[in-house]
Amino acid sequence: MSLGSRALAITQPVPLAPHDRGAERHGRARRRRKALVPYAMLTPLVLLILGFVAYPVLNVVYYSFQNYNVVEPFLNGFAGWSNYSTMFRHDPLFWTSLEFTAKWVFAEVFLQLVFGLVLALILNSAFRGRAIARALVFAPWAVSGVLTTTIWLLIYDPQAGLIGYLSDLGLTPHGFTILADTHTVFWAAILAELWRGLPFFAIILLADLQSIPTELIEAANCDGANAWTRFRYIVAPHLRDAVILSTLLRCVWEFNNVDLLYTLTNGGPGTETTTLPLYIARQAITEHNFGYGSALTMAGFVILLVFSVAYLKFSKFGASRGYAP
Amino acid sequence: MSAAPLGIAGELARRWERSRLYLWVPLGLFMLFTLVPFYWMIVFAFRPDGSTHPYPWPVTLANFKLVWNVLGFGVFFKNSVLVGVGTLVGVNVISALSGYALARFSFRGRGFLVVGLLCTQFVPGVMLLIPLFIIFRHLGLIDNLLALVIGDTVFQLPLTTLLMSGFIRSVPVELEEAAMVDGCSRLKAFRAVTLPLLRPAFVAIGSFAFVGSWNNFLFALIFMNSQDHFTLPVGLDYTIGEFSVNFGALAAGGVLAAVPVVLVFAIVQRYLVQGLTVGAIKG
Repeated sequence: MSLGSRALAITQPVPLAPHDRGAERHGRARRRRKALVPYAMLTPLVLLILGFVAYPVLNVVYYSFQNYNVVEPFLNGFAGWSNYSTMFRHDPLFWTSLEFTAKWVFAEVFLQLVFGLVLALILNSAFRGRAIARALVFAPWAVSGVLTTTIWLLIYDPQAGLIGYLSDLGLTPHGFTILADTHTVFWAAILAELWRGLPFFAIILLADLQSIPTELIEAANCDGANAWTRFRYIVAPHLRDAVILSTLLRCVWEFNNVDLLYTLTNGGPGTETTTLPLYIARQAITEHNFGYGSALTMAGFVILLVFSVAYLKFSKFGASRGYAP
Repeated sequence: MSAAPLGIAGELARRWERSRLYLWVPLGLFMLFTLVPFYWMIVFAFRPDGSTHPYPWPVTLANFKLVWNVLGFGVFFKNSVLVGVGTLVGVNVISALSGYALARFSFRGRGFLVVGLLCTQFVPGVMLLIPLFIIFRHLGLIDNLLALVIGDTVFQLPLTTLLMSGFIRSVPVELEEAAMVDGCSRLKAFRAVTLPLLRPAFVAIGSFAFVGSWNNFLFALIFMNSQDHFTLPVGLDYTIGEFSVNFGALAAGGVLAAVPVVLVFAIVQRYLVQGLTVGAIKG
């Protein structure tokens, strides 16, 4: 737009114009210059994405076939498939981390979806003080993983934490360290992340609920529909695509959610709560083993890709509104 | 609503319906679950060292003075603000440019670009830590806050661009055309007509960007070496990792990290619900 194309697209239809009819009488050179305008506007975006997303992805492919360790530079060089064979054959932590990742993602997304939907339905009905209730309940959305850890450490601490009150009631033994016990650490981490993740689904589903035409609900009421039939035949079909898309985004997001586990449990006790991305982050941060970390990253890419494609295919995304994914 | 119920059971059902307890009880539970953790942090932050009261009384600011002056949270806070504002500006300017191109022009490669932007959602920053570290080292940006501004901006841009193009598409193009008929250039038409209407979009996208960068932990952890360049999440992690955790100080640091984003959130949460319907659902 900065190229000052005064006559461009005066009669441009929305949203896409195959040609600028208004520009027909102007010279060809001018038209060609105008055709460059969108590309000029997109240049910063495309350069940044190419430089800091696409190029790094190619780098990961390359490094996964290299020995590349900052601590042992004398071993650096082409490694062939050795990183991959180590990963598949000689690294039990790779497999246990995959197993935990699946458990973590499934439990987290499932609980967030169920409670998020309930919360969205509540906040979609009219009552006094709804705006305030909404702002308060959504507040953890803005909180970072590290801050979530901070807050829940204060709760989980056996001496000073809220959990001490549970011990006073006789529910847990005194001095019980919930984050050091292999049986409870999973649910402790799940609860903390649920606290932060709930608003995501509630916000998206609430946005979608508000786009249901009120006439539809009123018509159903006239026909004597109760709350359950309204939900079953109007609300649920309407929410379908939003649910499919937001659960997929959330699966990817929780898969890659390193901040909380890194600070709350640091993958422990032992390696109990180590997800694959957490394992990768540790290869980068503490082991400095960039080659092996890249091979692990490749595994992560493939898993995400296969999962996403399969998920969209089997959930028949877009089927209810008649457009393909 | 339904047919008139009969007898005591019906009377009870009607009372239940009228009292709306089915609404207030779960809402109350959600409120407790959300707010008690915040409250607990505030208690720790404001009560004197050694107190075990479940309320912050007598109020003291000693913890805040300690973290701000001694533990370096003053510096961390400043760094987080610098990176957050830098990211906010970068993301808004670039998504306005590219969102406008996507919304108002037809050009070769448009569909490919949209698909490409969506695909980046499956390549998050965590997975690119290693190559990004190497790239920033080549650029000489390790331990430089600019690396965080670039990193945060890049990973926000795909979604904010699509959001912005949704917002721009929702402004009727006829408005701009009318201005152009009246003799405005395209740029001027955009500035005079569309830009003011996009204020909610800039607010929503700006707060997305700010919150995202304010909360980014891993980039700062890996790309910054010296304590002078730590951001708040790294500072918090540092405090958590101390040999014996000072809970008062940790809570005070947490409050410092929470207040700006919760304030930003309180302002924009209305736009958030609207923005998602306009932008994300229409794609």
